[in-house]
Amino acid sequence: MTIGLEHYLTVAGVLFTLGILGIFLNRKNVIVILMCVELMLLAVNINLVAFSVYQGNVVGQVFAMLVLTVAAAEAAIGLAILVVYFRNRGTVEVEDINAMKG
Amino acid sequence: MDLAIKLIVLLPLLAAAIAGLFCRVIGDRPAQIVTCAALLIAAALSVLVFVRIGFGPDKLLVVPLSSWMNSGTLDINWSLRVDTLTAVMLIVVTGVSSMVHVYSVGYMEEDPSIPRFMSYLSLFTFFMLMLVTADNLVQLFFGWEGVGLASYLLIGFWYDRPSANAAAIKAFIVNRVGDFGFALGIFAVWMLSGTVNFNEIFAKAPEMASARFMFLGREVPALETACLLLFVGAMGKSAQLGLHTWLPDAMEGPTPVSALIHAATMVTAGVFMVCRLSPLFELAPIASAVVTLVGAATAFFAATIGLTQFDIKRVVAYSTCSQLGYMFFAAGVGAYSAAMFHLLTHAFFKALLFLGSGSVIHCLHHEQDMRNMGGVKEKAPQTFILMWIGTLALAGIGVPFIMGHGVGFAGFHSKDAILEASYGAHSTVGFIAYWLGIAGAFMTAFYSTRLMFMTFYGRYRGDHHTWDHAHESPPVMLIPLYVLAAGAALSGVVAYGWFVGEGWEHFWGTSIAVKATEHIIHAMHEVDVWVKLLPLVAAVGGMALSYYYYIVDPTMPARTVRAFKPLHTLFYNKWYFDELYDAMLVQPALAIGRAFWKKGDGATIDGLGPDGIAARAQDIAGVLSRFQSGYLYHYAFVMLIGVAALVSYFMLFVR
Repeated sequence: MTIGLEHYLTVAGVLFTLGILGIFLNRKNVIVILMCVELMLLAVNINLVAFSVYQGNVVGQVFAMLVLTVAAAEAAIGLAILVVYFRNRGTVEVEDINAMKG
Repeated sequence: MDLAIKLIVLLPLLAAAIAGLFCRVIGDRPAQIVTCAALLIAAALSVLVFVRIGFGPDKLLVVPLSSWMNSGTLDINWSLRVDTLTAVMLIVVTGVSSMVHVYSVGYMEEDPSIPRFMSYLSLFTFFMLMLVTADNLVQLFFGWEGVGLASYLLIGFWYDRPSANAAAIKAFIVNRVGDFGFALGIFAVWMLSGTVNFNEIFAKAPEMASARFMFLGREVPALETACLLLFVGAMGKSAQLGLHTWLPDAMEGPTPVSALIHAATMVTAGVFMVCRLSPLFELAPIASAVVTLVGAATAFFAATIGLTQFDIKRVVAYSTCSQLGYMFFAAGVGAYSAAMFHLLTHAFFKALLFLGSGSVIHCLHHEQDMRNMGGVKEKAPQTFILMWIGTLALAGIGVPFIMGHGVGFAGFHSKDAILEASYGAHSTVGFIAYWLGIAGAFMTAFYSTRLMFMTFYGRYRGDHHTWDHAHESPPVMLIPLYVLAAGAALSGVVAYGWFVGEGWEHFWGTSIAVKATEHIIHAMHEVDVWVKLLPLVAAVGGMALSYYYYIVDPTMPARTVRAFKPLHTLFYNKWYFDELYDAMLVQPALAIGRAFWKKGDGATIDGLGPDGIAARAQDIAGVLSRFQSGYLYHYAFVMLIGVAALVSYFMLFVR
């Protein structure tokens, strides 16, 4: 069995859905949300690389590198915010973070 | 002379403005000096005017000031009209007012807002002078309302006392009832004569007398109606039976106020108004009969209450009410000059009694209950003597048949003149008034001497701390008392000839209804000897009985109260007028007001209007705000759903 484009796309779709469900269904911890966001970005990266190879166009792979960089920066900033938030409020429980409530 | 008249009226206004507006700048003492000086000057000028008008050739002076209202045929000007009637009132108002001003310097010494008090007093005097010098009915009404305002301000002067505020509001509202009648009366006179100027009204009086109008399908004499309406105004201002309830409560004000406004001047405005309009009342026999009956009933009724009261000021207040009744029934039988005579003498002796009571209250540190007094003559000997002069003048004690008419204290001459006139009128209402007046005179003598005996004689019944600090009043309070005592002792003898004696025609000129006065003065001098003597007998009898009750056998009052329990309860509770009005008028009015407030305004208008809309908006906002949970994953979920929906839309429908 040859591994075709559709297999890559399926894996990426599964990963992306897992990420989304992780964000929505997760009721415990903000760190898990951050991890899910990473997961979604990686799923997108797989799509980019898969299409890049399939079309023989290198731009997709370059873009994937860019996404990786952004994801790293995002993780760093996200975690930093989280640490500060924990210092201020003493918790990172998702249930407790609702200061935007009207 | 014109300048003097202007000064008399405007000086008090100026003083009131200075003391009232600049009190913080100038301080207490200058405020007292300015107001007292203005009033003393006005009083001196008033004497001048009185002599010129009363005994000179000019009987009427009109000083125009400016135009006020000019609309169609209605033409109202500010102008000061001075005839003998006004001149007498000028003497009364400025005389008593200046004495009260001086007295207040001593009486209100410890009060924190002296300039305000002096300013109100002067303002009152200005309005009262506007009232008495009015040249037309509207200007009279201006002064009339102005004194009502000043009375309100001064009754409620100690505004931190709830009872004073309640009394002030009561006085204001009861007076509104009377003023409503007065305003209707002015409209009626305007409809009948087409003018509000006194001279023009009097000129048209004979033709007004025959006017009729239709009311509820019946023909009603128009002038009688107008006079009755005007008299309703007088009843309110002069606290006559039915509209009297505010006067005793008005004693919540400081004592000088009671003396000036609620004894000597403002409450006599009703009598003055009836005398001023005597050319109309003379032509309205039914209205005059009503005036007589209401006056006589008040004279009797107020005296019965005076018998039983224990508050020293309330006794004098009911006495004032009663004496005003005498003035009204005198005016009712046509003896306008006798009514004015009693007004003059009453102003002196009642102001004296009030200020004397104030002196006693001052002496005993604001004790007003006579049950806690007694023996005060040791502590305040001068006040004691002065109060006796006032009491004898009120009771009407004198020696008849010497020096022509007799010699006595002021009330002896004026009250006897009134009673003789009412008997001499030879009408049914006149006889009723005479006998009620005699009964009233007996009770007057009884309660006024009762006041003296309970206050000054016997043993002190209050607490000893107060007694040890009791002291005679300072000279600044006693000197006005001496001046008023001189008036109370001598004004009757001196003024008898001018007012109701041989010289009345020259003195009065045309300022009161000439024909009625001529008739009644003639009749007065014709009455039998016993008619003249009976008031004096009643007065002496009342005093003797009072002496027996309170000096000889002090157990008598209690025994009498037990014997006549229902009657005493009725008198002691003021014939239940306040309770009656409360049940009949005040409570229903409050209930209606509350119903409109709670059900009409609160439930209906607000419920459907602003409050209802606001509540619905809040409900909707509450539902909407639930979308904003604050949880990140909710927002993310909505975002995703949105993106999914958009993408689906574009994929399916947009090509």
